[in-house]
Amino acid sequence: MIRSTAAQMAAKLASGETTSVTLTQAHLDRINSVEDKVHAFLFVDEKGALEQAASVDAKRAKGEKLSPLAGVPLALKDVLAQKNKPTTCGSKILEGWLPPYDSTVVANLKKNDIVILGKTNMDEFAMGSSTENSAYGPTHNPWDLSRIPGGSGGGSSAALASFEAPLAIGTDTGGSIRQPAAVTGTVGVKPTYGGVSRYGLVAFSSSLDQAGPCARTVLDTALLHEAIAGYDPKDATSINAPVPQVVQAAKDGNVKGMKIGVVKELNGDGYQPGVRARFEEALELLAKAGAEIVEVSTPNFEYALAAYYLIAPSEASSNLARFDAMRYGLRVGDVDGASAEAVMNLTREVGFGKEVKRRIILGTYALSSGYYDAYYGSAQKVRTLITQDFTQAFTKADVLVSPTCPTTAFKIGEKANDPLAMYLNDIATIPVNLAGIGGMSLPAGLADEDGLPVGFQIMSPVMKDERMYSVGAALEAALLSQWGAPLLDRAPALEAGK
Amino acid sequence: MSLTYDDVVAKYEPVLGLEVHVELNTESKMFCGCATVFGAEPNTQTCPVCLALPGALPVVNEKAIESTIKIGLALNCSIAPFSRFARKNYFYPDMPKNFQISQYDEPICVDGYIDVEIETDEGPKKFRVEVERVHMEEDTGKSLHVGGATGRIHGAEYSLLDYNRAGIPLVEIVTKIVPGTGKYAPEVAKAYVAELRDILRSLGVSDVKMEQGSLRCDANVSLRLIGAEKLGTRSETKNVNSLRSVERAVRGEMIRHAELLNAGGRVVQETRHFQEDTGLTRSGRSKEQAEDYRYFPEPDLVPVEPDAAWIETLRAGLPERPSIRRKRLQEAWAVPEKEMAAMINADVLDIVEETVLLGADPTKARSWWLGEISRIANDKDVAIADLAITPKDVAEIVALVNSGDLTDKLARQVVEGVISGEGKPSEVIAKRGIKVVNDDGALMAAIEKVCAEQAETAEKVRAGHIPAAGALIGAVMKETKGQADAARVRELLLGHLGQPTS
Ligand SMILES: [Zn+2]
Repeated sequence: MIRSTAAQMAAKLASGETTSVTLTQAHLDRINSVEDKVHAFLFVDEKGALEQAASVDAKRAKGEKLSPLAGVPLALKDVLAQKNKPTTCGSKILEGWLPPYDSTVVANLKKNDIVILGKTNMDEFAMGSSTENSAYGPTHNPWDLSRIPGGSGGGSSAALASFEAPLAIGTDTGGSIRQPAAVTGTVGVKPTYGGVSRYGLVAFSSSLDQAGPCARTVLDTALLHEAIAGYDPKDATSINAPVPQVVQAAKDGNVKGMKIGVVKELNGDGYQPGVRARFEEALELLAKAGAEIVEVSTPNFEYALAAYYLIAPSEASSNLARFDAMRYGLRVGDVDGASAEAVMNLTREVGFGKEVKRRIILGTYALSSGYYDAYYGSAQKVRTLITQDFTQAFTKADVLVSPTCPTTAFKIGEKANDPLAMYLNDIATIPVNLAGIGGMSLPAGLADEDGLPVGFQIMSPVMKDERMYSVGAALEAALLSQWGAPLLDRAPALEAGK
Repeated sequence: MSLTYDDVVAKYEPVLGLEVHVELNTESKMFCGCATVFGAEPNTQTCPVCLALPGALPVVNEKAIESTIKIGLALNCSIAPFSRFARKNYFYPDMPKNFQISQYDEPICVDGYIDVEIETDEGPKKFRVEVERVHMEEDTGKSLHVGGATGRIHGAEYSLLDYNRAGIPLVEIVTKIVPGTGKYAPEVAKAYVAELRDILRSLGVSDVKMEQGSLRCDANVSLRLIGAEKLGTRSETKNVNSLRSVERAVRGEMIRHAELLNAGGRVVQETRHFQEDTGLTRSGRSKEQAEDYRYFPEPDLVPVEPDAAWIETLRAGLPERPSIRRKRLQEAWAVPEKEMAAMINADVLDIVEETVLLGADPTKARSWWLGEISRIANDKDVAIADLAITPKDVAEIVALVNSGDLTDKLARQVVEGVISGEGKPSEVIAKRGIKVVNDDGALMAAIEKVCAEQAETAEKVRAGHIPAAGALIGAVMKETKGQADAARVRELLLGHLGQPTS
């Protein structure tokens, strides 16, 4: 049962073939049996999940009209506030904090009766590409436990790939949904910026952060997308427009007559051969399905990484200033006679990890007077140029595509001491965030050289998210008929003795 | 040896700059829905947003934008079609986010002015104070540092934080430098703040209570030798919490600067705190090394782009400029300058106008509010507005006096009764059994008695010397123990002595 898609589970729930309590319990059992190997969760809310499941079952028994995913379990990235449940953002500084309120994403999940299993592991404050920066230890990639599950949302992607949950919520600031999806053979979508409310998403970089849906199929992702998206008056940057018709697009999977633009700059040197091979094959399949493949150029993408690593840390340095031990979270050094300043300093010294400190320092520096124009100011100009590149490219193609990442999953520890190499992993995902457009990663197969999943990225214009679902669904269907079974069936079993 | 003010202005030219912070009186805070009631229990008007809980986001209060645009329009500013909020980053425990959302290089209103008029040796003179910008920001919380000698965070045993004020909308109004005021700099500063306060009050956008901190003034002062081009170093005096203090602070700083300069010293660029008791300032934070606030556009908010038609609607709805209104009322009521000033100082202009609109004679209305009622308010140490007497009550009392149903003296008793909560004038009259002696028969008896007693005076009146009647009227009043209506007594007396009665 746990290996089915969320849509299949929902159908069984609707027909009465199973109950949400049974389904939830099955996932809790799975978590129990594989968590010591995967470590996808920071908090498993066994009691809360079963209570929520029982209440959905009761509603269904009463004949209430329920939403499409009602009763299906989900894993929530620990960066989203959930009332009275631990929300740590993978950081020591928030250890023990219980939010007194629900983020809008969580409120929407609850409204749709989606059962929240618990909170998933992540790089501290979503800063990282491997989940190694979590203060609570790394998450392991179910395809190869010695490898990273991607980051920052490695807990969510690993939970999906290990069948601990059929649905997950991620957040994507520079690729934190798409890169984990790519390296675990799952699907992840970063919606258009403003498509899903950021209220209650603990901010890393406000102008780039976007929560989004993660699942094992394009349709499941679309169903979750529809459940969490929509205008929210509590988020001033939220877009007041109808949610794109993503579910319909995912069901139709029609690419006939669509122009698919291959981004010249996001391929070639630095991309692993197996990644390139799967990408080329995917293009052929899309062409066979009726799409027209064109090449587009985005000359300013070469500055994207540099701009990102100025803008994101700058905003982070300010966003993370609130963690000062005054009102919540960790407090260190509060002994008799200690000044507020000393307590703040000590708490931040102890509470933040190395990568977070690195970025706070970087951002503080970039915003300093005398450096602002050269760093933050220039980065904003690059951002405008990248947006213009996309606008230009979208006049030639309906969607743009690229490999999601240059490589497959690397080994845990391999890049831990080389932040620049780590940053390069996000080279293809970052431009999407800078321009605020939509991006999806879905599995394109396994790389020949290491047998690990390869991600295929689809990018769609602002509030045209349905386009990436059309292309994603078409590609998924073509690949599935080629493979004969879902890619994840080829992942090693995790239970002892299997 | 300390300098006199005259010595200072004989040698130096003061240059002013004024920054006024105004708390808007919106019902909710700048970026969240929390209430803004003054004096609530600590931390009862807070939410995830104004406590800066992780994940919470600000949303701009439209009403605050509207109020700020109104202020800008009233100060003759242009309203920017595009303005933005920025983050001002610094750590302080009473600022929950450790940054303040403010406007930086893209304020909502720019380039305005107000004209103020002050008395000079050559008569009334107008000074133009140019406004550089009007921008929006949020207030911080309040810290109470307990223990330690200074009441400041350093050396305190512990500190208490109240976030009720955190996020209350503030508008900052910054003038350009104001040169050319010469020795009148303190008066100009005071007149500017007073005029600004009146404008803000007329707009209804703020309580403008300096003593409660809803209007706070920072006065920047520098001196240069008369005729010099280059500006001197300025000091910024904070905590100036009354109009009188504005004047005193500017004057005090001018003298302090001049003493330093005369002694060959230099003025340090710093924040200074005004001490209400001594009228002096004490040194605060040095600004020689400019603090780096690392401003950048607030990414959680979208730019403010007010619709041009909306701005015009707001412009059309602006109330009459207070100074123009004052001139108009002064003429309509035929009030002497001094009396007008007294009404403004006592803050009774609105209330008098309202009383007049209800039918009372302007002079009577003024004298009640400025006289008896002000006196009672002073005795009770409360604001006139807080007394339980309304313009309607006063208009009613004035009417009763006019109709002869009350004498002035009895009317005072009624006023006192209304203020002490005995009810409306009619109720007070009924309860206290106040009654005018208007039985002409009784009065005539008294008049005849008095005229007989003071026959000589009565003869003078009979001969046409009307002023002599005063003594007789006084005597009749005494005779009737003050219960008689003096006007009626006069009428009857003059008639009795064969004189015209009007
Ligand atoms: Zn609030």
